[in-house]
Amino acid sequence: MVGAAVMGGSEVRERLSARTVRRSLAFLLLAGLFAGALAIASGARIEEADFTFSNGTEVSTLDPATVTGVPEGRVIRAIFEGLVVKHPQTLAPLPGMAESWEISPDGLTYTFHIRKNAVWTNGDPCTAHDFDYSFRRMLDPETGAEYSYQLDYLRGAKAYRTDIDPETRRPRRSWDTVGVRVADDHTLLLALEEPTHYFMALAGFYPLFPVNRRNIEEAKRDFPDTWQLEWLRPENIVTNGPYRVAARRVNDRIRLVKNPDYWDAENVAFDTIDVLAIENWSTQLNVYLTGGCHWIDQVPPLQVPNLLPREDFNPEPYFGSYFYRINVTRPPLDDVRVRKALALSIDRRAICEKVTKAGERPSYSLVPPGLPSYRNAEMEKEDLARARQLLADAGYGPGGAEFPSIEIHYNTSEKHRDVAEVIQNGWKRDLGIDVKLLNQEWKVYLDSQTNLQYDVSRSAWIGDYDDPNTFLDLFLTGGGNNKTGWGNPRYDRLIAEARKLFDPAERMKVLHDAERILMDELPIIPIYSYVTSDVVAPRLGGFHWNILDEHFPKFFYWMDDEELAAVRARQPADWVRVPFDAGPPEGQYAPARLRERRP
Amino acid sequence: MTRFLARRLAWFAITLFVVVTISFFLMRAVRGGPFDGERRLDAAVELNIKARYHLDWPPWRQFLHYVGPFNLDEHRAEFLGGDGGRVFGGVLVGDLGPSFRYRDFTVNDIIAQSLPISVLLGLVALMWALSLGISAGIASALRRGSGLDVAIRLLATGGIVLPNFVIATFLVLVFVFMLGLLPVAGWGTLKHMLLPGLALGAPFAAYIARLTRTGMLEVLSQDYIRTAHAKGLPARLVILRHALKGGLLPVISYLGPATAGILTGSLVIERIFYIPGTGSHFVNSALNRDYTLSMGVTILYTVLVYGLNTVVDFAYTLLDPRIKLEEE
Repeated sequence: MVGAAVMGGSEVRERLSARTVRRSLAFLLLAGLFAGALAIASGARIEEADFTFSNGTEVSTLDPATVTGVPEGRVIRAIFEGLVVKHPQTLAPLPGMAESWEISPDGLTYTFHIRKNAVWTNGDPCTAHDFDYSFRRMLDPETGAEYSYQLDYLRGAKAYRTDIDPETRRPRRSWDTVGVRVADDHTLLLALEEPTHYFMALAGFYPLFPVNRRNIEEAKRDFPDTWQLEWLRPENIVTNGPYRVAARRVNDRIRLVKNPDYWDAENVAFDTIDVLAIENWSTQLNVYLTGGCHWIDQVPPLQVPNLLPREDFNPEPYFGSYFYRINVTRPPLDDVRVRKALALSIDRRAICEKVTKAGERPSYSLVPPGLPSYRNAEMEKEDLARARQLLADAGYGPGGAEFPSIEIHYNTSEKHRDVAEVIQNGWKRDLGIDVKLLNQEWKVYLDSQTNLQYDVSRSAWIGDYDDPNTFLDLFLTGGGNNKTGWGNPRYDRLIAEARKLFDPAERMKVLHDAERILMDELPIIPIYSYVTSDVVAPRLGGFHWNILDEHFPKFFYWMDDEELAAVRARQPADWVRVPFDAGPPEGQYAPARLRERRP
Repeated sequence: MTRFLARRLAWFAITLFVVVTISFFLMRAVRGGPFDGERRLDAAVELNIKARYHLDWPPWRQFLHYVGPFNLDEHRAEFLGGDGGRVFGGVLVGDLGPSFRYRDFTVNDIIAQSLPISVLLGLVALMWALSLGISAGIASALRRGSGLDVAIRLLATGGIVLPNFVIATFLVLVFVFMLGLLPVAGWGTLKHMLLPGLALGAPFAAYIARLTRTGMLEVLSQDYIRTAHAKGLPARLVILRHALKGGLLPVISYLGPATAGILTGSLVIERIFYIPGTGSHFVNSALNRDYTLSMGVTILYTVLVYGLNTVVDFAYTLLDPRIKLEEE
């Protein structure tokens, strides 16, 4: 204070104010940043939706033609609609954009009658022309449709999409050569290459859903540079399904709102649906358990035993296989006896009971069990004595050559490592084979698999449609998804033959014979077949188990207390009831009416 | 002052260029591409997807197109053989390109959506770190050697040693499942920000506590503090007005790296608390081989880290007149 007394009064004030400014500057800066960020971030805050589910990840795009993933499929089924809709339980085709259809006796021509009250969200009627345009767009190489081969069943489609002028990158053939005809606005004729038994399942498969031509062309006109993503923005995208897109934020949510112009809008229960992109399985479960969402499709493996007694967790067979690919170009794995010895000495039960734990089933075939009309061709069950014998026959083991060390290759994940360790121990213990584990980051792993840089590689496949063909055509000689180096002309012939057969029983027999070859030669070793891991609010109606684990928001609704009680009365008595208050105030929807109308 | 800023800016340009160039070519040198998936793409389809994103061009051309300022695709300038629809493009005109993984968004869209969220999360974390760290550090320094000091130092060591996802799990267990006070995950209200902010800020709080303690101990032993006490000033004033100013200097210099660390280190916290911020893109984009998004986030973080360090150097001169910018 002595110093201050000598200074002039104004000097003191100046120093004081300079100090105050300095001090408050940092504070103001921080506060300003905070307020600004808060304002921006809270601008996106929205009301809770009627129904919320976690999709496991952010969708890569909403363009139905260019996606292949399960999460994308869920959103696309909510906003677009194809010729037919699948029954939520049986997956049988139900009227969608087509109100009826006929199949010619030879199974080669399909006639779809498009409903007259089908409209797009921009007001355009949805007609046969939209399907013609969308199929053409999907087959056009410029679109880059990953699933374009799903249309190969149409006459001339494969030639159209693969016969490309290398200069212009345009198809050389005329669109007229493809079996798609618009008879009139409301009649679409599809001519097939071969009588395809499961074509109606494909007609309800999301890559074949239509897109709106005006939507895309207006984007092309307005944004010549970036139209490929502009037409998909919430403010631009035109859809024809039960819901439309209201808002999107990457890695957060997609907000869907009911489309009032949808032909079946009166049977759509929820006004709003939120699709969350939670990637962490524990977080997802926590969000579900605290009421933040009503359906999740994955749970952390460690939590499975805790969830199993609950009424909201019911693992059911799922159309997916977990198996090991074997690189048959590398000795000694080129010897079928060696492959068989390896396959016979895997403790599948230990894997299912100690590692995966959710009720997965040991598997002895490529095609997962559960198709009513198909009989699996299985490999022999585990047999250590026989495995040792086979190895000895191949010239290894006591008295023979020493078996070279092999590597199990998998993408970095705890579960895959645990499975691989069980197998590693088994092969070491029972066959005396030295096995190393090699984990690689996902993209590197895929690259190694594609280029056959592995001995034994962890693999999985989920069926696209409920037919054995979706698994068996993977292993055609030289197929892009074969990745084993294996090939068998007789196998290729049988798969091709099955395509031409119209009689379902006969066809299944031929496919069985093909799988028999695969299970005799074992370029792959089946390990287990998947089960679903959905956790679903008990009050959710319209959610049914099916083998493809496909679910349709169109059919969802909240049960009232009466219906929930009735459902619970049918459940096993020892299930842990989950008090789940989520859902509407009673009477907000008319579940009784919906129940009657539901298929 | 002006010279200082000009020199900083020049170095900034060089740094950014080096970072962009190295990461651009490193990204492409890594095995596996953005469109490799479990389902192998049809060769013709793959070719077309690559063409859409110009991945069929030689790397040098991709690089020039990416950096700009001249656009090189079919809309390039007429004298280059294009239709002249869009002559300029690339990073230099602020266009970071389309994302490969989130195909309905541009990198600019993604950063615009996620950065405010990350900044907000970072500020909450910083506030936790500063308030907890400084108060614990002061308390620890004043009661040097006491039980409180030992406890705080133990906690601080714990905070530095424990990874933030462990802290996050613990916090969720206590505040969500035991006490039921806060939402478990998600983003939107202040309530959503408290737990992730604390989990993210905890290691920094621990470090700040240690810095504050050391700084305060040093300052408290100096003559001018003894003088202040001798003048009969109340202890509160001596500590808050005289000692703290000097004691906090190490903390201030740590703020730059801390802010950068908080912003770039939010990956795990964003995943656990399901927060749509930028942090998760930093790592995920590399895993997805999302070249453009990865580059975009790298550029963003380079700018942030560089900018923050400059601000800290600046703040130094405000707090301590002995330090001059020109001396640097």
